[in-house]
Amino acid sequence: MKKIILGLILFLMIAFLPLGYNVYTGKTAYIPVIKIPEDKRECVENVFIMRKRHNIILEKWREASVRQGIKKYVSLNGTYKISLSGTCLGCHSDKTQFCDRCHDYAGIKPRCWDCHNIPD
Amino acid sequence: MNRRDFLKITGILAIGAVSHQTAMILSSSEVKADQNKKKRWAMAISFSACVKREGCRDCIDACHIIHNVPEFTDNKDKIRWIWSSPYESVFGEQANTFTKVMLKNLSVLCMCNHCENPPCVKVCPTKATWKNKDGIIMIDYHRCIGCRYCMAACPYGARSFNWKDPKPFIKEINRDFPARTKGVVEKCNFCEERISQGLLPACVEACPEKALTFGDLNDPGSDISRLLKTRFSIQRKPHLGTDPKVFYLF
Repeated sequence: MKKIILGLILFLMIAFLPLGYNVYTGKTAYIPVIKIPEDKRECVENVFIMRKRHNIILEKWREASVRQGIKKYVSLNGTYKISLSGTCLGCHSDKTQFCDRCHDYAGIKPRCWDCHNIPD
Repeated sequence: MNRRDFLKITGILAIGAVSHQTAMILSSSEVKADQNKKKRWAMAISFSACVKREGCRDCIDACHIIHNVPEFTDNKDKIRWIWSSPYESVFGEQANTFTKVMLKNLSVLCMCNHCENPPCVKVCPTKATWKNKDGIIMIDYHRCIGCRYCMAACPYGARSFNWKDPKPFIKEINRDFPARTKGVVEKCNFCEERISQGLLPACVEACPEKALTFGDLNDPGSDISRLLKTRFSIQRKPHLGTDPKVFYLF
């Protein structure tokens, strides 16, 4: 009985070690901070839509531009050229300060940049 | 209301509803047909103008620079969108003993033929390659799984496979056009990205002898339509029924 309890305590300690480590180093409260272009107005859609659905919008852009030959995107905020390197990175010029911040945090590795160019 | 009147009224109403709908459908399809007038892009290559400058590679270089085509040193990895080959290997089935001597040094410019009946499109299991509304054979590199069925199906060898990551082999990246990745098939796109902006294909623009003519076969007044009506032209492997849209002029 004693051995079992000791073993259980040891197991729980090891299992919760990563959580304890994060609490100790203060990483639990860490939220990625992204750099937002200051001189520009709103993105192609409302900020809440962009936060939640930018991946879906980009997928729709891809389908429209590549397969249907539609090169313009019309939203309430205006008309935009459908272009990842041009339109998106035109404002969010530093990918490492914007895209990568959240994607690294969430462990997501989009493969856009295997082919698409990052403007200088 | 008696039974007879009831049937009359329902009959009239039914006819009215149906005719209104048919009128709507007919009128809307007419409008649509006008708006999306289809093009049939094609290319004509003049032998006599092309041979004027020996060893000229202006069109090939222009295309490959604009489209970020990598330059591999090993022939096995080679990627080509436009290239030149000896007459005999391009028009092998129509070469005879005399043309073999006469056209010995003739190198013929080749590219994707953007066939009217593309065999590559038929075999693609993911619909990554398709014919767009203007007859250009497109590739969606996002969707290509690299099975290379299309390469086996293409009778012209117009498609190349990326065996290696091409990025380190691109001399200078054109940032206006994406590169490709390891594991996808690529080929000439008739400069679809330039045509949609009203520009001519890069190879046509680069040719110092104006040997290449590009235009719409559906427009009887276009340069290419007039050229093909007045000069003798041949296509590559026409007997296969693919109906290539690259023509060679004598």
